[in-house]
Amino acid sequence: MLGVAVSAAMLLDMVMLSTGMRVSLRNLLLSRGFQLRLAPKGTLPFDTDATIPDASNVIRVLHTIPDITAISPVLGGQLHISIGSRTITATALGVDPAVQGDYEITEGHTPTAPNELVASDDFLRASGAKIGDTLSAASGYDPQLRSFTGRRTLILVGRAHFLYMASEQRAVAVPIATLQQMRGNAARDRASLFMIRARDGADVDAALKHIQAALPTVTAVSTETAMRQVDERLSYFRQLAFILGAVSLGVGFLLVTTLVTVSVNERLGEIVVMRAIGVARSRVVLQIVIEGVVIMFVGTIAGLGLGLATARYLNSILAAFPGLPAAIDFFLFEPRDAWGALGLLTVAGILAGIYPSWRGASLPIAITLREEAVG
Amino acid sequence: MSDTLLIAHDLRREYHMGEELVRAVRGVSLHVERGDYLAIVGPSGCGKSTLLNLIGGIDQPTAGTVTIDGARIDQMSDTEVTRFRLGHVGFVFQRFYLMPALTAIENVELPMAEAKTPRVERMRRARELLAYVGLAERSDHRPAQLSGGEQQRVAIARALANKPQFLVADEPTGELDAKTGAEMIALIAQVNRDGTTIVVVTHDEGLARAARRVVHMRDGVIVDDRRQDAR
Repeated sequence: MLGVAVSAAMLLDMVMLSTGMRVSLRNLLLSRGFQLRLAPKGTLPFDTDATIPDASNVIRVLHTIPDITAISPVLGGQLHISIGSRTITATALGVDPAVQGDYEITEGHTPTAPNELVASDDFLRASGAKIGDTLSAASGYDPQLRSFTGRRTLILVGRAHFLYMASEQRAVAVPIATLQQMRGNAARDRASLFMIRARDGADVDAALKHIQAALPTVTAVSTETAMRQVDERLSYFRQLAFILGAVSLGVGFLLVTTLVTVSVNERLGEIVVMRAIGVARSRVVLQIVIEGVVIMFVGTIAGLGLGLATARYLNSILAAFPGLPAAIDFFLFEPRDAWGALGLLTVAGILAGIYPSWRGASLPIAITLREEAVG
Repeated sequence: MSDTLLIAHDLRREYHMGEELVRAVRGVSLHVERGDYLAIVGPSGCGKSTLLNLIGGIDQPTAGTVTIDGARIDQMSDTEVTRFRLGHVGFVFQRFYLMPALTAIENVELPMAEAKTPRVERMRRARELLAYVGLAERSDHRPAQLSGGEQQRVAIARALANKPQFLVADEPTGELDAKTGAEMIALIAQVNRDGTTIVVVTHDEGLARAARRVVHMRDGVIVDDRRQDAR
C-alpha cells in the first residue's frame, strides 16, 4: 500500500510540475491586467540591462493605438541606500505610480511626490527603516572616486509586496522620473519595459500587430506570446514530468496487479467455491476488480497527502532559485489535477485488477479444488 | 414428476497430468431417486470426488450425460450451469471454504443474494437456517471465530440457502474430530429426512453407514451399489 501511495504521490507531483510553472507564471503576468509588454529589441522583459530610448514618444505612440487603456513604463536599476553607517543595495523600479503593475501597497501609500519611495519587507527588515524615515539614496557608485553618484534624499512612504521579485530580494520603487534623474544621462527618457493594458474584450493580437507596426524598434509580446516562449523553454520540464508521471503510473499499475494477483492466489479456494455455489463469473471478476480499485484508491488518498507535502517541500527549495519571482510555483496544486491523477489511478486500478480477476474467475473449479485439497 | 432426480449415463472423465493420461471415471452410470441419501466410498484416487464433481455440475465429462431433474447439465454453457447450480445444487466441502470477511449469516445470505432474493426474505431465511443447524447465537461471528464443526454447519446452511433439490458433499467430516463428525453426520441425516436428496463422498464409515445407499468405486468404475437400512 505504501508503494501505491508513493506512486500516487509521484504522479500527482509530476502532474503539478508539468503545469505549475506555466499556470503560476500566466497568473502572475495577468495579475494586474496587463496583457502586452514592450521590451528592448530582441529581449524579453528584464532579460538584459538594455533600455528603450525616447520613452515619452513611445507612450505618445501607444496612446494612438485603439483599445489601449493604460501604459505603465518601468525603469529598472539599483539604489544604494545609506542607513546610519550601513549601505543597503536594493533593486529599484522607477514606475508611474498611477498605473504601475509591479507592486501592491500593504502599508502606507504609493509614492506620488518625486522624493517618495516604497520598499519591500525584505528591504525594511534588512535596513531597519520605518515608514516616514528620510533616507539617503544613490543610483550608482564610482569606484575611482570611491563615492556614490546620483544621490538624492527620499522619504519612505509605504511598504509594498513586489509581484515579480524573488523571495528575499530587497526592492524599492520610486516615480520613474526620479530614477531617470538619479541615473543621469544614461537613463534620461528611457524605460526598461512598458506594460500595456487593453480594454476588456479587445483583440489583443490585433493591438499587438498595431504596436509592432508602429514601433518596429522594440519587441512587443502579448501574454500569450510570452507563454508560448515560456512553453518552449519549459518543454524539458514537461517532458521530464510526463516521463516520470508515466513511470509512476506504470509502477502503481504493476504494484496493484501484483497485490491483486497475490490476493487471488491466496484465495483460490474461496474464489472457486463462490463459483461452485453459483456466483456468476462476472460477479467474481467485479468483486476482485473492486478490490484493486480500493487498493489504488486508498493508496491514492494517502499519496495525495504525501504528494502535496513533497511538492511543498520541493517548491520551497526551488523558490529560492536566484532571480525567480517568488510568486512562481514549480508545483501548483489545482483540484483539477488532483482529480485527473485520481482518475488515472482509478483507471489503472481497474485495469490492474482485470487480468488477475479474470484468471481467478476462470479457474476450472474441480481441478482447483483438487489442487487446493492436495496443497 | 419423476421419482428419479439424477441420471448419470456412461460418464467418463479423462485429463492429463503431465504426460500421463488419467482416466478418473471410466463409464459410470447412476440413478439417484428424489429424497435418497447416497454415499460414494472407495479408496483414494478411485474417482469418487471426480464423479461427485461431474454430477454436481462443477466439472465437464469427457463423455456421457448428466441429467438433473430433466435438465442435461453436461450440455449447458458455463453461465447456464452456474445458474443451474445456484438454484438446484448445494455444495459442502471438506475445507468449509467460508468467506472469511463475512459473518456466518452473511455467508448464508451469499447464494440468496446472487439469486436476487429480497434482502428481508434472505435475512429471515438465513436466520432460520442458522437456527436449523444450531448456530442461531453465532450468526454475527466471522469464520475465524467459529470452530471447525461450527464452520461446517454454516457451510451446510449456505448449501441449503436456495432450497436446492439435492446436496453434494465431499468429505464433509474429513476435517472434524470424531465427536463433531458424529454431530455432522446427524445433521446431514436430518437434512435428508427433511426432504433434500444427498450424495456424499466419504472415507468416514460412520457417514457411509448413515446413508440409505452406498456405492463402492474402484479404478473409476462402480464395483458395488447396495441399499442399506439407514441408522
